[in-house]
Amino acid sequence: MEARLFALQRLTALILVPLVLVHLALILYAIRGGLTAAEILGRTQGSLAWASFYGLFVLAAATHGAVGLRNILVEWARLARPLANRVALTAALVLLLLGVRAVWAVIMGPT
Amino acid sequence: MTEPTIDIRVWRGTDQGHFESHRIPARENQTVLDAVTEVQRSHAPDLAYRFACRVGVCGSCAMTVNGRPRWTCRTHVKRVADAGVITVEPLRNLPRIRDLVCDMSDFFEKWGRVGTFEGTESRDARPARIDASSRERRAADAAVQCINCAVCYAACDVVSWDPSYLGPAALNRAWTLANDARAANAKTVRREALGAGGCGSCHSHGACMAACPVGLSPTRSIAGLKRQSLLDLLGGG
Repeated sequence: MEARLFALQRLTALILVPLVLVHLALILYAIRGGLTAAEILGRTQGSLAWASFYGLFVLAAATHGAVGLRNILVEWARLARPLANRVALTAALVLLLLGVRAVWAVIMGPT
Repeated sequence: MTEPTIDIRVWRGTDQGHFESHRIPARENQTVLDAVTEVQRSHAPDLAYRFACRVGVCGSCAMTVNGRPRWTCRTHVKRVADAGVITVEPLRNLPRIRDLVCDMSDFFEKWGRVGTFEGTESRDARPARIDASSRERRAADAAVQCINCAVCYAACDVVSWDPSYLGPAALNRAWTLANDARAANAKTVRREALGAGGCGSCHSHGACMAACPVGLSPTRSIAGLKRQSLLDLLGGG
């Protein structure tokens, strides 16, 4: 499992690098001339491209964050690995749920 | 004219204890081990410390000198003294037994888990023909001169955080076996080195590499194991 988590952590980091850059660029672009819900929803609603972009982002961030959190729990909080696994998995699921819900809201939300 | 002296503070006791200061003569080419021996012979006959070869081969005299793990037999006092004072403690990350001696059991148990050679041939077989210029052999050669002094183990922060971490010395040894064509257990060693507390725990701080008295780079060996771990996953290992 350690080797798989190690690989997963590197893989999700690779995925996150371009996604974060695009996300930051988008923020700079989106706030020029003020930020409105209508503008955001206008861009995202019904867009398969943004749905896949942020869907993948959420999946990668939830995984990457949880694997990192697990290491921190083991090394700094001295948690035993089985307990750290459970806490990190819970964190992953919470992040995933919050993220998917947000993506769902801006893509499929009421027009 | 008064003879030049140095002040040496040695740890006495176990986890509870205190530093004991002694003033000893400063000598030409004096090593930290010489200084500790002088204290034991002239001031504190009950001082416990370890050494054997005195020439940097056996790896038994490692101690913390002025805050850093070092092989005391090859460390000159004048190179490490801070305003004429040296402070000598047992190695970090290992349970203290008494004075300057620590319990090396964890260190060697971890070494044994990933560092024990099992051959492919019997002793009657002809010596294996190894191409000294092969990539594998060069990787193993670069890491093979370890003297088991545990200086890297004491220098490593990950060891201090996670007691299950195998540590730089054992993983460095695993890397030599993983690249040794004569090792029958290379696969088992690799699996153990990639498991919980294995190479994935290393943060690549490089403290082991900076502290290694014989100039090895366990960091590079561990990076090799990490790379191998990813390739194993991709190729099904």
